[in-house]
Amino acid sequence: MPLRDPSRVVPVAFVPADRHLLRAKDLADARYFESLDVDDLARAAGLSRAHFSREFRRAFGESPHAYLLTRRLERAAALLRTTDRSVADVCFSVGLQSLGSFTTSFTRTFGVPPTAYRAKFPPASDWARVPTCVVRAYGRPQRSTFREDNGAARS
Amino acid sequence: MIKLSTAQLWVHDQDEALEFYTTKLGMEVRSDVTMPELGNFRWLTVGPPSQPEISIVLMAIPGPPVMDAETTDQVKSLMAKGFAGTVFFTTDDVYGDYEALKSRGVDFSEAPEERPYGVDSGFHDPSGNSFRLTQVRELSGV
Repeated sequence: MPLRDPSRVVPVAFVPADRHLLRAKDLADARYFESLDVDDLARAAGLSRAHFSREFRRAFGESPHAYLLTRRLERAAALLRTTDRSVADVCFSVGLQSLGSFTTSFTRTFGVPPTAYRAKFPPASDWARVPTCVVRAYGRPQRSTFREDNGAARS
Repeated sequence: MIKLSTAQLWVHDQDEALEFYTTKLGMEVRSDVTMPELGNFRWLTVGPPSQPEISIVLMAIPGPPVMDAETTDQVKSLMAKGFAGTVFFTTDDVYGDYEALKSRGVDFSEAPEERPYGVDSGFHDPSGNSFRLTQVRELSGV
């Protein structure tokens, strides 16, 4: 068998293993609202589930399951503060399937249930930076007749 | 210091737009409130997860008395022709994002094309608003 000509060896770019883990983390941050699970993240990293979980915890300090869940809970808390959507709607908007599990996880993380958490903040409409031009345009009362029109008919 | 905060786009249907901007373009909701005191005006804003300080307000095209019928038609016509305004996105992987967005049903009018400044592509949202998606070429130092 002929020896391989070293001058014809094509160098392969070295990609640190953590780059693959970051790809999985980015997937959790970007697509949390889809029905992602740890298996999907492991696939994005190109690792077996068990190996991925160990390596993710080593690199980022928490399990991929915990990271994905806390991302969803953080986004759910933001939606509770900044929108007037129902708690159920918020739950499904962040990619969670069970309202009961969401409520339990949320309460454990934030110390209060979702509805009580929302009540601790001003109404979402207070946060919304609706400009005065919109308030003036959309807040104009609608009247079918004005007294001045009747004045023109009388004269 | 004055900073860019929010840009406004007219949309035909806010629910349709919300679906497009979040599940297809990957933006997140910043604000979504309906205000009964303003005739149920809905303030709906979205933005890229990586830029929490920037958002786009998706505003339903109003009718009378906010906007007279003729003006409403003019706005819709401009949007349909793609002249209502353009929002520019950049990415560090235009070919990858092009394939990913296409697979999610985004309608590209222009596939990625080499330009002096980088690789540029274009698409529209369901209402006809124009978008550019560009991977900008880094200029070497002079």
